[in-house]
Amino acid sequence: MTIQLTPQDTIERGLALAAAEGADGCVVLVAETSSTNLRWANNTLTTNGAMRGSSVTVIATVGSGEGTAAGVIGRSSVTEDSLHEIVSAAIATARASGPAEDARPLVDGAVGADWDLEPEETTVGVYEKFAPSLGESLKRAELERRRLYGFANHEVVTLYVGSSTGLRLRQALPRGYVSSTGKNADLSHSAWVGTATRDFTDVDALALDAELTRRLGWATRTVSVDAGRQPTILPPAAVADLMTYLYWQLDGRDAFDGQTVFSKSGGGTRIGDTLSQQPVNLHSDPALPGLEAFAFAVARSSGGSSSVFDNGLTLQATDWIRGGKLEHLMTSRHTAELIGVPEATPDIANYVVSVDGGAGSTDDLVAGLDNGLLVTCLWYIRMVDPQTLLLTGLTRDGVYLVENGEVTGAVNNFRFNESPVDLLGRFTAAGATVPSYSREWGDYFSRTATPPLLVPDFNMSSISQAN
Amino acid sequence: MYKVDTVPEVDASFLALPRHELAQAALHRARDLGATYAEFRLERIRSESISLRDSVLESAKDDEDLGLAVRVIHDGTWGFAAGVALTEDEAVRVAEQAVNMAQVSRPINAETIELADEPVYDDVTWISSYEIDPFTVPRAEKIALLTDYSDRLLKADGVAHVSVHVATIHECKYYANSAGTSYTQQRVRIGPNITAHAVAEDRFDSMSTCAPPAGRGWEYMTGTGWNWDEELAQIPGWLAEKLAAPSVEAGEYDLVIDPTNLWLTIHESIGHATELDRALGYEANYAGTSFATTDKLGTLKYGSSVMHVTGDRTVEHGLSTVGYDDEGVAGQQWDLVKDGILVGYQVDRRMAKKNEDLLGTPRSNGCAYADSSGHIPIQRMANVSLQPAPNGPSTEELISRVKNGIYIVGDKSWSIDMQRYNFQFTGQRFYKIVDGKIAGQLRDVAYQATTTDFWGSMEAVGGPQTYLLGGALNCGKAEPPQSGAVTHGCPSALFRSVRILNTTQEAGR
Repeated sequence: MTIQLTPQDTIERGLALAAAEGADGCVVLVAETSSTNLRWANNTLTTNGAMRGSSVTVIATVGSGEGTAAGVIGRSSVTEDSLHEIVSAAIATARASGPAEDARPLVDGAVGADWDLEPEETTVGVYEKFAPSLGESLKRAELERRRLYGFANHEVVTLYVGSSTGLRLRQALPRGYVSSTGKNADLSHSAWVGTATRDFTDVDALALDAELTRRLGWATRTVSVDAGRQPTILPPAAVADLMTYLYWQLDGRDAFDGQTVFSKSGGGTRIGDTLSQQPVNLHSDPALPGLEAFAFAVARSSGGSSSVFDNGLTLQATDWIRGGKLEHLMTSRHTAELIGVPEATPDIANYVVSVDGGAGSTDDLVAGLDNGLLVTCLWYIRMVDPQTLLLTGLTRDGVYLVENGEVTGAVNNFRFNESPVDLLGRFTAAGATVPSYSREWGDYFSRTATPPLLVPDFNMSSISQAN
Repeated sequence: MYKVDTVPEVDASFLALPRHELAQAALHRARDLGATYAEFRLERIRSESISLRDSVLESAKDDEDLGLAVRVIHDGTWGFAAGVALTEDEAVRVAEQAVNMAQVSRPINAETIELADEPVYDDVTWISSYEIDPFTVPRAEKIALLTDYSDRLLKADGVAHVSVHVATIHECKYYANSAGTSYTQQRVRIGPNITAHAVAEDRFDSMSTCAPPAGRGWEYMTGTGWNWDEELAQIPGWLAEKLAAPSVEAGEYDLVIDPTNLWLTIHESIGHATELDRALGYEANYAGTSFATTDKLGTLKYGSSVMHVTGDRTVEHGLSTVGYDDEGVAGQQWDLVKDGILVGYQVDRRMAKKNEDLLGTPRSNGCAYADSSGHIPIQRMANVSLQPAPNGPSTEELISRVKNGIYIVGDKSWSIDMQRYNFQFTGQRFYKIVDGKIAGQLRDVAYQATTTDFWGSMEAVGGPQTYLLGGALNCGKAEPPQSGAVTHGCPSALFRSVRILNTTQEAGR
């Protein structure tokens, strides 16, 4: 008979099975997810969905000390019958894998206060307020001969972690976002807005449409601008497009091995180096209000800066860059020892970029610019050269000409080649840090806060004909 | 000894699942609730990922994603739902939820959904072409082979570090729809990458294998379909030469592009540009649209007259090859670009029906795909391939036609705009061509062009002897994002006067 287990039962039975079958240690992670989405194009709904998912990851360890090996098996739809098979497979995999370089004692811990709670769930009801206003905005766009395209997503992940060392942790995290593109009647111009949300109570589709309408209005006048280095205002979304890539390059092991922009010439890392003369900061904290992330390490596989042995490790607020100086790189307990830093600083699923003294909004930066460009967002960003973290990509859905402190028209799109590390040292003005939604990465990594920046010489490498 | 599947069979443990019962429960419930069309998928995707760093196992992970999905048309509106419990009660619940999604969505749906007709395929089975199911090979044996490959590089002079990653996927699907089609399908694919890293006093660099992901089994890692011994033996020398190579002088060059690089340019500038959902705007908020709009079908000069591009879901070992797509449409092959002119698109059943007059056929060409049971089927890429010239030249003959140019091998960085005009690519190796001969490597090279200019500059394509199936395991598209695997076959090809950037100069150094 097929019996579905609760997350807590899955973990307790999994740990017991692992002990009975001779594992020397075990961690079981259960992630219960539910999500619901709406997607629209050409002023009509195109797809939708309500999905429920479950995954169980069993990490079994055999041996001790430096001879410890780990086996990792992940499954969805685990039942009482299949759990035994999964645990056995994890142990067998550990025995077949040999000693793990990152082996460390499993994290100790206690039972969390909310351990016994059921998984949280989202339903299509989360759009109770949003869906009617979306419908209204689609009708309005049709009447006004604009076209709307977009996506709204809401999900809740409830994560349970249990270990043979007594750890019992549970955390539920909601996450939502809206991304909406508007085009004029002949499709010659487009604009974009996006925002992250926890529950959609703070998202008004009509307000998003109003902002799209304002931006499409800027395209009443169009101006051709040549490629080259341009004074450019990057709003918080575009800064997040670039800084998220930088954030993912903070891997301590890769830097130590001489493979990233954070590697020191001739060996070692650049921890302690001044990356920028500007008072710029890059900071993560799982408890940041509105950007809450999992408060403990979660690793379903080991990599440069993560280790399956670190599951459950409490995440501390971390300064990656402080006052322009590189303070920390992402490390597991293993890689922290390897590169010679006192404690592990695993990655955290949020970040905040701030500039000391930064004040005002994107509009304020526009008001202070005599002549230059205002970019909406960046797209298709890929690494060209890891030594400088040179990235290429494109402007998308709205580049505007700024003259004498005002937006005076829409400009063609560009391909850029730029390094976000270099930009941290070259910007000449910064606004206040605000919650942001990266067009390029926000569907995956939406817990960001960034300021708008003015870069005096942003490298627009060539013109893109896209509009 | 592991199993050698000369004639693979559908995995018995998948066949043991109650797929027919679950489908019947879901389809009946959807029909009872008024759905005019319903389809059911039961999918199990096994995946394994093995990573080594400097010949030491870094990670080995075995995953399985198993679940069911129901999609309905109710009152002319799509509704989709998915779940993970394999019980008839859950199948009924998911069907009810799909109908509910359609009802909630109805007020904001302005289009009555209709599907192109497709013959009924009753309880058929299709299995992809492979020899060794990777999941039957003992883990220790896999690690031993990969450690050997890593050691060969790590022991070579000038190689500081080596990273190895191999992903294998085993996909089983049962599909049934309310029209009577049902099939069971099994596909296997594999994606290896081995990279050697060198660290010098003033810079570092890397060199990766060019072995593309393939619709093959573990036999691929032992030499069937790729010559590992030859490539691994040459990588240290190639890497050392690249590290010491002169920096390219930016400007216009003639290019001979190897299929190990050109497949990715095809993917980005042709594969995505000829997706009809993009041309119609369905991806405008995410993946983007296409310059190849429907008003240009039959007239757009996409490239030179030697350009012949096909879409297909049938080629052996293709990553997008299927027996049937996720709407029950049989795999097919068709032209996308013929004699340099845009002549076709990739479509699904909804788009085929709505654009029947434009496309000149009432049938979908079978490009619907969902990357798991948890996602809705969307139009995804077929194997889009540039055809070689019968009796065409070798790569060496193409190089011999170039006075001052660059021969590009292997893929690396890639980027293209949201309408597929402006692209920029790098590669693994760049060889300077002087008077028709290779004259050593260059570094810091990227090529940048506009799609139609680039393909218009294609003077010649190589013959069948230069043809190779490249591809990717992880093409992203749609909201919520889905990952797709796709193959692109192509020969070597010669392009005239393409813009070359110096990436160090681009970085302002």
